[in-house]
Amino acid sequence: MAMAEQERTFFEYLVYISENHSPLDFMLVADHIDKFFFGTLLTLEITILSLFIGGVMAVPLAIARAYRTPWFNGPIWGFTYFFRGTPLLVQTYLVYYGLAQFDFVRESFLWGPILSNAWWCALITFSLNTAGYTTEFLRGAIENTPKGEIEAARACGMSQSRMMWRIVLPSAFRRALPAYSNEVIFMLHSSVVLSTITLQDILGVGRWLNGRYYLAYEGFVTAMVFYMVLVFFISTGFRLWEKHWLGHLRPRDIADA
Amino acid sequence: MDSVWEYRNLLLSGAAVTVQLALASLTLSVFLGLIGASAKLAVNPIFRRTANIYTTLVRGVPDLVLMMLLFYGGQQVVNDLGGATGWWDYVEINQFIAGVWSIGFVFGAYMTETFRGAILAIPRGQIEAGISCGMTPLLIFRRITWPQMVRHALPSFTNNWLVLIKATALVSVIGLHDLVWNASTAGRSVREPFSFMFAVLIIYLILTACSDVGLRWLDRRYNVGVDRA
Repeated sequence: MAMAEQERTFFEYLVYISENHSPLDFMLVADHIDKFFFGTLLTLEITILSLFIGGVMAVPLAIARAYRTPWFNGPIWGFTYFFRGTPLLVQTYLVYYGLAQFDFVRESFLWGPILSNAWWCALITFSLNTAGYTTEFLRGAIENTPKGEIEAARACGMSQSRMMWRIVLPSAFRRALPAYSNEVIFMLHSSVVLSTITLQDILGVGRWLNGRYYLAYEGFVTAMVFYMVLVFFISTGFRLWEKHWLGHLRPRDIADA
Repeated sequence: MDSVWEYRNLLLSGAAVTVQLALASLTLSVFLGLIGASAKLAVNPIFRRTANIYTTLVRGVPDLVLMMLLFYGGQQVVNDLGGATGWWDYVEINQFIAGVWSIGFVFGAYMTETFRGAILAIPRGQIEAGISCGMTPLLIFRRITWPQMVRHALPSFTNNWLVLIKATALVSVIGLHDLVWNASTAGRSVREPFSFMFAVLIIYLILTACSDVGLRWLDRRYNVGVDRA
């Protein structure tokens, strides 16, 4: 018996601990870890794509809002109010489950490839949702452009559009960066909605694992660890980014002065 | 849209559950937030570190994950513990309790940051003045810290509350018969999911608009005596 105890490799020891002493069955998670990585890919794919699409949409919308463009300001305000005032879960249900109610949607050419597909529905809803949030804080950043910068641009004889590209937007993007890092993390957190419309994101895999082996925690704890690691990378990335792009706003270290 | 009107009682009872859930979680989160903020501002490093772990953990994990962990896992932990110690018999954690605890836990962390910032905004000299007048810590909290803290905390509190209301929708995923669950069930049965989901969105907009009005009133009340540019 003592011999057998010694001959155990480290790996077998881990298996032994996990099967007999630990409340969590680590080996089962380790056997399915590839699924969790695929889940991570899906989560990241939807999060990054929707942030990109939403961000591209938000720039013109925010400009129109900031300058109170007569015909667009009201409708854009309505759009952002609607998407910011309601839960993303319900918005996603509305698109994925709701659109099938209309015959003209089901008969249109978009139905087969896009609107009956959970992935596309999620991408559309998430993009519109993040566009709503991004528009509003980008509008705030544009409105807070220091007056002196605009006067300087005018004094240099810049046209309206050149001033936008060279002065207003670059400085507004920088000022919006801290709020944007929150939006990115918020979007990653919101992407759990994917698992409620049949997609296998990180949480979806966790739910699948728990359902398949009739477990109570393993899948969720693993999902939790995956999300925490992702958030850690995102917030570290943004901290470095802010250091680079907002360096001129940082208070000087006392040692420098 | 006729069928939505027909099912209005179902939707309204669901909305009542949603509001109860939101208010209960808000109470818990304010409580946790006050504890967390005082722990973060405490002299004892163990308190500070625990509070930091708490806020970092919550920032890292989506609320639905915590909710499911609590609903499915918490049940097992409680009953394993009860079985091992013999202190209690089988306990069932229902969806409402799991929802309140997980949403309260998550937003407690955000409230911690809100209250911490608000307390830090109060000039230190005022608290010292309170001490020198011989006030007890509780009296200092009630007379000096609290009234000013509320004023500084309100904007961020409002924001947290609006996010919290929306987070309650997730409880339908673990099966609480709230507004979203009732509406999607009814929508499926009468084959009009869009109308029902749209009604849910409108109800959420009404809820957020109402709380906006209420919180603006509070904001005015607590800012009486403050000069605003």
